Amino acid sequence: MITKVTTAEFQKEVLESDLPVLVDFWADWCGPCRMMAPVLEELASDLEGKLKVAKVNVDEEGNLAQQYEIMSIPTLMVFSGGQAVDQLVGFMPKGDLLNKLNKHI
Amino acid sequence: MDTVLDVLIIGGGPAGLAAGLYAGRAMLDTAIVEGKGPGGQVILTHEIENYPGFVEPISGAELAANMAAQTSRFNVATFNSPVERLELQGNIKEVITQQGTLKARTLIIATGVVPKTLDVPGEQKFIGRGVSYCATCDGAFFRGKKVAVVGGGDTAVKEALFLTKFADLVYLIHRRDSLRAEPIQQKRLRENPKITPLWHKTVDEVRGELKVSGVTLRDTRDGRTEDLDLDGVFVFVGRQPVGPLVGSGILTDKEGYIITNENMETNIPGVYAVGDVRRKAWRQIVTAVSDGAIAALSAAEYIQDIN
Repeated sequence: MITKVTTAEFQKEVLESDLPVLVDFWADWCGPCRMMAPVLEELASDLEGKLKVAKVNVDEEGNLAQQYEIMSIPTLMVFSGGQAVDQLVGFMPKGDLLNKLNKHI
Repeated sequence: MDTVLDVLIIGGGPAGLAAGLYAGRAMLDTAIVEGKGPGGQVILTHEIENYPGFVEPISGAELAANMAAQTSRFNVATFNSPVERLELQGNIKEVITQQGTLKARTLIIATGVVPKTLDVPGEQKFIGRGVSYCATCDGAFFRGKKVAVVGGGDTAVKEALFLTKFADLVYLIHRRDSLRAEPIQQKRLRENPKITPLWHKTVDEVRGELKVSGVTLRDTRDGRTEDLDLDGVFVFVGRQPVGPLVGSGILTDKEGYIITNENMETNIPGVYAVGDVRRKAWRQIVTAVSDGAIAALSAAEYIQDIN
Protein backbone atom coordinates (compact mmCIF):
# COMPACT_ATOMS: atom_id res chain seq x y z
CA MET A 1 0.00 0.00 0.00
CA ILE A 2 1.19 3.48 -0.82
CA THR A 3 0.53 6.24 1.69
CA LYS A 4 -0.39 9.64 0.31
CA VAL A 5 1.43 12.21 2.41
CA THR A 6 0.71 15.92 2.85
CA THR A 7 3.04 18.60 4.20
CA ALA A 8 1.30 18.41 7.60
CA GLU A 9 1.74 14.63 7.83
CA PHE A 10 5.31 14.48 6.52
CA GLN A 11 6.99 14.75 9.94
CA LYS A 12 5.00 11.89 11.45
CA GLU A 13 4.62 9.64 8.40
CA VAL A 14 8.12 9.99 6.95
CA LEU A 15 10.64 11.59 9.30
CA GLU A 16 9.45 9.73 12.43
CA SER A 17 8.73 6.43 10.69
CA ASP A 18 10.24 3.30 12.23
CA LEU A 19 10.72 1.80 8.78
CA PRO A 20 12.78 3.38 6.02
CA VAL A 21 10.49 5.34 3.69
CA LEU A 22 10.62 5.67 -0.08
CA VAL A 23 8.94 8.93 -1.05
CA ASP A 24 7.73 9.38 -4.62
CA PHE A 25 7.45 13.03 -5.66
CA TRP A 26 5.03 13.02 -8.57
CA ALA A 27 2.27 14.84 -10.47
CA ASP A 28 -0.58 13.58 -12.61
CA TRP A 29 0.59 15.49 -15.73
CA CYS A 30 3.92 13.67 -15.71
CA GLY A 31 4.03 10.65 -18.05
CA PRO A 32 7.00 8.86 -16.47
CA CYS A 33 5.35 9.30 -13.04
CA ARG A 34 2.32 7.40 -14.33
CA MET A 35 4.60 4.64 -15.61
CA MET A 36 6.30 4.52 -12.22
CA ALA A 37 3.04 4.14 -10.27
CA PRO A 38 2.38 0.41 -10.91
CA VAL A 39 6.05 -0.42 -10.24
CA LEU A 40 5.80 1.32 -6.86
CA GLU A 41 2.53 -0.48 -6.05
CA GLU A 42 4.25 -3.84 -6.63
CA LEU A 43 7.31 -2.78 -4.70
CA ALA A 44 5.22 -1.64 -1.74
CA SER A 45 3.53 -5.02 -1.46
CA ASP A 46 6.77 -6.99 -2.08
CA LEU A 47 8.61 -5.09 0.64
CA GLU A 48 5.76 -4.79 3.12
CA GLY A 49 7.13 -4.69 6.66
CA LYS A 50 10.60 -3.69 5.43
CA LEU A 51 9.96 -0.45 3.60
CA LYS A 52 7.18 2.09 3.61
CA VAL A 53 6.25 3.68 0.30
CA ALA A 54 4.76 7.18 0.33
CA LYS A 55 3.85 9.65 -2.38
CA VAL A 56 3.82 13.41 -2.45
CA ASN A 57 1.90 15.28 -5.13
CA VAL A 58 4.15 18.21 -6.03
CA ASP A 59 1.20 20.35 -7.21
CA GLU A 60 -0.71 19.97 -3.96
CA GLU A 61 2.35 20.01 -1.69
CA GLY A 62 4.52 22.66 -3.33
CA ASN A 63 6.23 23.46 -0.01
CA LEU A 64 7.60 19.95 0.38
CA ALA A 65 8.80 19.88 -3.22
CA GLN A 66 10.55 23.19 -2.66
CA GLN A 67 12.01 22.19 0.70
CA TYR A 68 13.60 19.10 -0.84
CA GLU A 69 14.58 21.05 -3.96
CA ILE A 70 12.75 18.76 -6.36
CA MET A 71 13.58 19.87 -9.90
CA SER A 72 12.55 16.79 -11.83
CA ILE A 73 9.84 14.20 -11.44
CA PRO A 74 9.51 11.43 -10.70
CA THR A 75 12.09 11.88 -7.93
CA LEU A 76 12.28 9.06 -5.39
CA MET A 77 13.86 9.94 -2.07
CA VAL A 78 14.78 7.44 0.61
CA PHE A 79 14.44 8.53 4.26
CA SER A 80 15.89 6.57 7.11
CA GLY A 81 15.89 7.68 10.75
CA GLY A 82 14.56 11.10 9.74
CA GLN A 83 17.36 11.72 7.26
CA ALA A 84 17.28 11.79 3.45
CA VAL A 85 19.78 9.06 2.58
CA ASP A 86 19.31 8.57 -1.15
CA GLN A 87 17.71 10.14 -4.19
CA LEU A 88 16.79 8.57 -7.52
CA VAL A 89 15.56 10.54 -10.51
CA GLY A 90 13.46 9.38 -13.44
CA PHE A 91 11.63 6.19 -14.32
CA MET A 92 13.30 2.98 -13.17
CA PRO A 93 12.29 -0.65 -13.78
CA LYS A 94 11.51 -2.66 -10.65
CA GLY A 95 14.70 -4.74 -10.75
CA ASP A 96 16.93 -1.67 -10.88
CA LEU A 97 14.97 0.01 -8.13
CA LEU A 98 15.24 -3.05 -5.87
CA ASN A 99 19.01 -3.10 -6.40
CA LYS A 100 19.27 0.53 -5.40
CA LEU A 101 17.06 0.02 -2.32
CA ASN A 102 18.78 -3.08 -1.01
CA LYS A 103 21.37 -1.18 0.97
CA HIS A 104 18.68 0.76 2.84
CA ILE A 105 16.44 -2.11 3.97
CA MET B 1 6.56 -20.00 -19.54
CA ASP B 2 6.05 -22.80 -22.06
CA THR B 3 3.23 -21.26 -24.09
CA VAL B 4 4.23 -20.30 -27.61
CA LEU B 5 2.56 -17.07 -28.62
CA ASP B 6 1.72 -16.18 -32.21
CA VAL B 7 3.02 -12.64 -31.95
CA LEU B 8 5.32 -11.16 -29.34
CA ILE B 9 5.95 -7.43 -29.45
CA ILE B 10 8.84 -5.76 -27.66
CA GLY B 11 8.00 -2.20 -26.75
CA GLY B 12 4.74 -0.52 -25.78
CA GLY B 13 4.92 2.80 -27.62
CA PRO B 14 2.51 3.69 -30.45
CA ALA B 15 4.18 1.30 -32.96
CA GLY B 16 4.06 -1.66 -30.57
CA LEU B 17 0.53 -0.88 -29.40
CA ALA B 18 -0.73 -0.58 -32.99
CA ALA B 19 0.92 -3.89 -33.86
CA GLY B 20 -0.74 -5.40 -30.78
CA LEU B 21 -4.12 -3.96 -31.76
CA TYR B 22 -3.94 -5.43 -35.28
CA ALA B 23 -2.55 -8.79 -34.16
CA GLY B 24 -5.04 -9.13 -31.31
CA ARG B 25 -7.93 -8.20 -33.56
CA ALA B 26 -6.71 -10.81 -36.08
CA MET B 27 -7.34 -13.35 -33.29
CA LEU B 28 -3.64 -14.09 -32.92
CA ASP B 29 -2.32 -15.00 -29.51
CA THR B 30 -0.44 -11.76 -28.80
CA ALA B 31 1.57 -10.19 -26.02
CA ILE B 32 3.58 -7.03 -25.50
CA VAL B 33 6.69 -7.01 -23.34
CA GLU B 34 7.84 -3.64 -22.11
CA GLY B 35 10.71 -2.55 -19.90
CA LYS B 36 8.89 0.52 -18.61
CA GLY B 37 5.15 1.15 -18.63
CA PRO B 38 3.14 1.48 -21.82
CA GLY B 39 3.45 4.66 -23.84
CA GLY B 40 7.00 5.09 -24.98
CA GLN B 41 8.37 8.50 -25.81
CA VAL B 42 5.00 9.93 -26.73
CA ILE B 43 4.08 10.28 -23.07
CA LEU B 44 6.79 12.92 -22.74
CA THR B 45 5.03 15.12 -25.27
CA HIS B 46 2.90 17.89 -23.87
CA GLU B 47 0.60 18.37 -26.87
CA ILE B 48 0.19 16.51 -30.14
CA GLU B 49 -1.57 18.44 -32.86
CA ASN B 50 -0.68 16.41 -35.96
CA TYR B 51 -2.20 13.04 -35.11
CA PRO B 52 -5.24 12.73 -37.38
CA GLY B 53 -8.65 12.39 -35.78
CA PHE B 54 -8.19 14.87 -32.95
CA VAL B 55 -9.46 18.35 -33.76
CA GLU B 56 -7.94 19.87 -30.65
CA PRO B 57 -4.41 18.95 -29.52
CA ILE B 58 -4.23 15.88 -27.30
CA SER B 59 -1.59 15.27 -24.62
CA GLY B 60 0.92 12.53 -25.34
CA ALA B 61 0.13 10.77 -22.08
CA GLU B 62 -3.58 10.69 -22.92
CA LEU B 63 -3.04 9.46 -26.48
CA ALA B 64 -0.75 6.69 -25.23
CA ALA B 65 -3.22 5.68 -22.52
CA ASN B 66 -6.03 5.54 -25.10
CA MET B 67 -3.93 3.42 -27.43
CA ALA B 68 -3.02 1.02 -24.61
CA ALA B 69 -6.67 0.71 -23.53
CA GLN B 70 -7.79 0.14 -27.12
CA THR B 71 -5.18 -2.58 -27.64
CA SER B 72 -6.07 -4.33 -24.39
CA ARG B 73 -9.69 -4.72 -25.64
CA PHE B 74 -8.38 -7.44 -27.96
CA ASN B 75 -6.89 -9.75 -25.33
CA VAL B 76 -3.34 -8.59 -25.73
CA ALA B 77 -1.33 -9.47 -22.63
CA THR B 78 1.32 -7.11 -21.30
CA PHE B 79 4.48 -8.10 -19.43
CA ASN B 80 6.61 -5.57 -17.63
CA SER B 81 10.12 -6.89 -17.68
CA PRO B 82 13.23 -5.47 -19.34
CA VAL B 83 14.46 -7.62 -22.25
CA GLU B 84 17.99 -8.90 -21.94
CA ARG B 85 18.60 -11.09 -24.98
CA LEU B 86 17.00 -12.51 -28.12
CA GLU B 87 17.36 -16.05 -29.49
CA LEU B 88 16.12 -15.97 -33.06
CA GLN B 89 17.78 -18.95 -34.72
CA GLY B 90 14.93 -21.50 -34.57
CA ASN B 91 11.36 -21.32 -35.80
CA ILE B 92 10.32 -20.34 -32.31
CA LYS B 93 11.74 -16.96 -31.32
CA GLU B 94 12.81 -16.57 -27.70
CA VAL B 95 12.91 -13.34 -25.76
CA ILE B 96 14.86 -13.59 -22.53
CA THR B 97 13.70 -11.00 -20.01
CA GLN B 98 14.70 -10.23 -16.42
CA GLN B 99 11.73 -12.26 -15.22
CA GLY B 100 11.79 -15.22 -17.61
CA THR B 101 11.71 -16.31 -21.22
CA LEU B 102 8.84 -15.62 -23.63
CA LYS B 103 8.38 -17.65 -26.83
CA ALA B 104 6.57 -16.80 -30.04
CA ARG B 105 6.29 -17.72 -33.71
CA THR B 106 6.85 -14.12 -34.75
CA LEU B 107 8.55 -11.20 -33.10
CA ILE B 108 7.89 -7.50 -33.65
CA ILE B 109 10.56 -5.15 -32.36
CA ALA B 110 9.23 -1.74 -31.39
CA THR B 111 11.87 -0.62 -28.93
CA GLY B 112 12.10 2.93 -30.21
CA VAL B 113 14.80 5.43 -29.46
CA VAL B 114 16.19 7.20 -26.40
CA PRO B 115 17.48 10.76 -26.13
CA LYS B 116 21.16 11.31 -26.77
CA THR B 117 23.11 13.00 -24.03
CA LEU B 118 25.57 15.88 -24.40
CA ASP B 119 28.34 13.79 -22.92
CA VAL B 120 30.03 16.76 -21.23
CA PRO B 121 31.31 17.23 -17.66
CA GLY B 122 28.56 18.04 -15.15
CA GLU B 123 25.69 16.65 -17.23
CA GLN B 124 25.25 13.33 -15.38
CA LYS B 125 25.95 14.88 -11.99
CA PHE B 126 23.10 17.39 -12.33
CA ILE B 127 20.36 15.14 -13.72
CA GLY B 128 17.36 16.07 -11.56
CA ARG B 129 19.31 19.06 -10.28
CA GLY B 130 18.74 21.27 -13.27
CA VAL B 131 19.63 18.97 -16.17
CA SER B 132 16.54 17.50 -17.81
CA TYR B 133 15.49 15.54 -20.89
CA CYS B 134 11.76 16.11 -20.37
CA ALA B 135 10.30 19.61 -20.44
CA THR B 136 6.78 18.27 -19.80
CA CYS B 137 7.93 16.63 -16.58
CA ASP B 138 10.23 19.29 -15.24
CA GLY B 139 9.24 22.60 -16.83
CA ALA B 140 6.97 23.59 -13.96
CA PHE B 141 9.91 23.61 -11.53
CA PHE B 142 11.46 26.49 -13.48
CA ARG B 143 8.72 29.05 -13.02
CA GLY B 144 10.25 32.52 -13.24
CA LYS B 145 13.70 31.03 -13.91
CA LYS B 146 16.24 31.20 -16.71
CA VAL B 147 16.78 28.02 -18.71
CA ALA B 148 18.42 26.82 -21.91
CA VAL B 149 17.38 24.26 -24.46
CA VAL B 150 20.21 22.58 -26.35
CA GLY B 151 19.44 21.42 -29.89
CA GLY B 152 17.91 22.62 -33.16
CA GLY B 153 15.45 19.93 -34.26
CA ASP B 154 11.68 19.67 -33.93
CA THR B 155 11.77 18.48 -30.36
CA ALA B 156 14.19 21.18 -29.21
CA VAL B 157 12.07 23.97 -30.68
CA LYS B 158 8.79 22.50 -29.45
CA GLU B 159 10.13 22.06 -25.93
CA ALA B 160 11.62 25.58 -25.92
CA LEU B 161 8.17 26.92 -26.77
CA PHE B 162 6.60 24.82 -24.03
CA LEU B 163 9.12 26.06 -21.46
CA THR B 164 8.12 29.68 -22.08
CA LYS B 165 4.93 28.90 -20.13
CA PHE B 166 7.06 28.73 -17.00
CA ALA B 167 10.51 30.22 -17.46
CA ASP B 168 11.11 33.95 -17.87
CA LEU B 169 13.86 33.45 -20.41
CA VAL B 170 14.63 30.48 -22.62
CA TYR B 171 17.88 30.32 -24.57
CA LEU B 172 18.04 28.02 -27.56
CA ILE B 173 21.62 26.82 -27.92
CA HIS B 174 22.37 25.47 -31.39
CA ARG B 175 25.64 24.59 -33.09
CA ARG B 176 24.56 26.03 -36.43
CA ASP B 177 22.62 29.15 -37.41
CA SER B 178 19.67 27.39 -38.99
CA LEU B 179 17.13 24.98 -37.53
CA ARG B 180 15.95 21.59 -38.73
CA ALA B 181 12.59 22.07 -37.03
CA GLU B 182 9.32 22.26 -39.00
CA PRO B 183 8.64 25.73 -40.46
CA ILE B 184 5.50 26.19 -38.33
CA GLN B 185 7.55 25.66 -35.15
CA GLN B 186 10.31 27.96 -36.38
CA LYS B 187 7.74 30.70 -36.96
CA ARG B 188 6.35 30.27 -33.42
CA LEU B 189 9.89 30.43 -32.08
CA ARG B 190 10.71 33.68 -33.89
CA GLU B 191 7.49 35.25 -32.67
CA ASN B 192 8.06 34.30 -29.02
CA PRO B 193 9.69 37.17 -27.10
CA LYS B 194 10.84 34.89 -24.26
CA ILE B 195 13.15 32.83 -26.52
CA THR B 196 16.66 33.98 -27.36
CA PRO B 197 18.54 31.79 -29.85
CA LEU B 198 22.29 31.47 -29.36
CA TRP B 199 23.69 30.38 -32.73
CA HIS B 200 26.98 28.59 -33.41
CA LYS B 201 27.30 27.47 -29.81
CA THR B 202 27.90 24.12 -28.16
CA VAL B 203 27.98 23.26 -24.45
CA ASP B 204 31.41 22.39 -23.05
CA GLU B 205 30.39 21.92 -19.44
CA VAL B 206 27.40 22.13 -17.11
CA ARG B 207 28.46 24.04 -14.02
CA GLY B 208 27.10 24.29 -10.49
CA GLU B 209 27.60 23.40 -6.83
CA LEU B 210 24.56 21.50 -5.59
CA LYS B 211 22.48 22.31 -8.64
CA VAL B 212 22.98 23.84 -12.06
CA SER B 213 24.19 27.43 -12.02
CA GLY B 214 25.17 27.72 -15.66
CA VAL B 215 26.98 26.30 -18.67
CA THR B 216 30.21 27.00 -20.48
CA LEU B 217 29.51 27.69 -24.14
CA ARG B 218 31.95 27.26 -27.00
CA ASP B 219 31.65 29.15 -30.25
CA THR B 220 31.83 26.66 -33.13
CA ARG B 221 33.49 29.24 -35.42
CA ASP B 222 36.37 30.59 -33.36
CA GLY B 223 36.43 28.14 -30.44
CA ARG B 224 36.09 30.91 -27.85
CA THR B 225 34.34 30.01 -24.63
CA GLU B 226 32.02 32.04 -22.43
CA ASP B 227 29.93 31.38 -19.33
CA LEU B 228 26.16 31.63 -19.30
CA ASP B 229 24.24 31.72 -15.99
CA LEU B 230 21.21 29.41 -15.93
CA ASP B 231 18.90 27.57 -13.56
CA GLY B 232 18.19 24.68 -15.92
CA VAL B 233 19.46 22.94 -19.04
CA PHE B 234 17.09 20.92 -21.23
CA VAL B 235 18.86 18.60 -23.64
CA PHE B 236 17.27 17.66 -26.99
CA VAL B 237 20.20 16.80 -29.24
CA GLY B 238 18.72 13.88 -31.10
CA ARG B 239 18.01 10.27 -30.34
CA GLN B 240 19.56 6.87 -30.69
CA PRO B 241 17.93 3.51 -31.38
CA VAL B 242 17.38 1.02 -28.57
CA GLY B 243 17.99 -2.56 -29.44
CA PRO B 244 18.78 -5.65 -27.40
CA LEU B 245 20.34 -6.64 -30.68
CA VAL B 246 23.91 -7.55 -29.99
CA GLY B 247 24.34 -11.12 -31.17
CA SER B 248 20.70 -11.39 -32.31
CA GLY B 249 21.73 -11.46 -35.98
CA ILE B 250 19.31 -8.67 -36.95
CA LEU B 251 20.79 -6.35 -39.56
CA THR B 252 21.02 -2.67 -38.69
CA ASP B 253 22.59 0.35 -40.35
CA LYS B 254 25.72 1.81 -38.82
CA GLU B 255 23.76 3.97 -36.39
CA GLY B 256 21.90 0.91 -35.10
CA TYR B 257 18.54 1.40 -36.82
CA ILE B 258 17.01 -1.92 -37.93
CA ILE B 259 16.78 -2.50 -41.69
CA THR B 260 13.47 -3.89 -42.98
CA ASN B 261 11.63 -4.37 -46.25
CA GLU B 262 8.31 -2.65 -46.94
CA ASN B 263 6.46 -5.37 -45.01
CA MET B 264 8.57 -4.41 -41.96
CA GLU B 265 10.36 -7.75 -42.08
CA THR B 266 14.03 -7.85 -41.03
CA ASN B 267 16.66 -10.14 -42.52
CA ILE B 268 15.33 -12.89 -40.20
CA PRO B 269 12.01 -14.41 -41.39
CA GLY B 270 9.24 -13.87 -38.87
CA VAL B 271 11.08 -11.01 -37.17
CA TYR B 272 9.79 -7.49 -37.82
CA ALA B 273 10.81 -4.00 -36.75
CA VAL B 274 8.46 -1.03 -36.46
CA GLY B 275 8.43 2.59 -35.37
CA ASP B 276 11.40 4.77 -34.50
CA VAL B 277 13.86 1.88 -34.15
CA ARG B 278 13.45 1.09 -37.87
CA ARG B 279 15.62 2.75 -40.50
CA LYS B 280 13.34 5.20 -42.28
CA ALA B 281 13.11 8.82 -43.31
CA TRP B 282 10.27 10.10 -41.10
CA ARG B 283 9.74 9.26 -37.46
CA GLN B 284 6.24 10.37 -36.51
CA ILE B 285 3.45 8.85 -34.42
CA VAL B 286 1.41 8.26 -37.59
CA THR B 287 4.28 6.50 -39.33
CA ALA B 288 4.92 4.42 -36.20
CA VAL B 289 1.34 3.16 -36.00
CA SER B 290 1.36 2.50 -39.72
CA ASP B 291 4.49 0.37 -39.34
CA GLY B 292 2.82 -1.51 -36.49
CA ALA B 293 -0.28 -2.33 -38.54
CA ILE B 294 1.77 -3.50 -41.52
CA ALA B 295 4.01 -5.71 -39.37
CA ALA B 296 1.04 -7.35 -37.62
CA LEU B 297 -0.67 -8.10 -40.93
CA SER B 298 2.60 -9.44 -42.37
CA ALA B 299 3.08 -11.59 -39.28
CA ALA B 300 -0.46 -13.00 -39.64
CA GLU B 301 0.32 -13.99 -43.22
CA TYR B 302 3.65 -15.53 -42.20
CA ILE B 303 1.96 -17.64 -39.51
CA GLN B 304 -0.65 -18.84 -41.99
CA ASP B 305 2.11 -19.82 -44.42
CA ILE B 306 4.15 -21.84 -41.91
CA ASN B 307 1.07 -23.66 -40.67
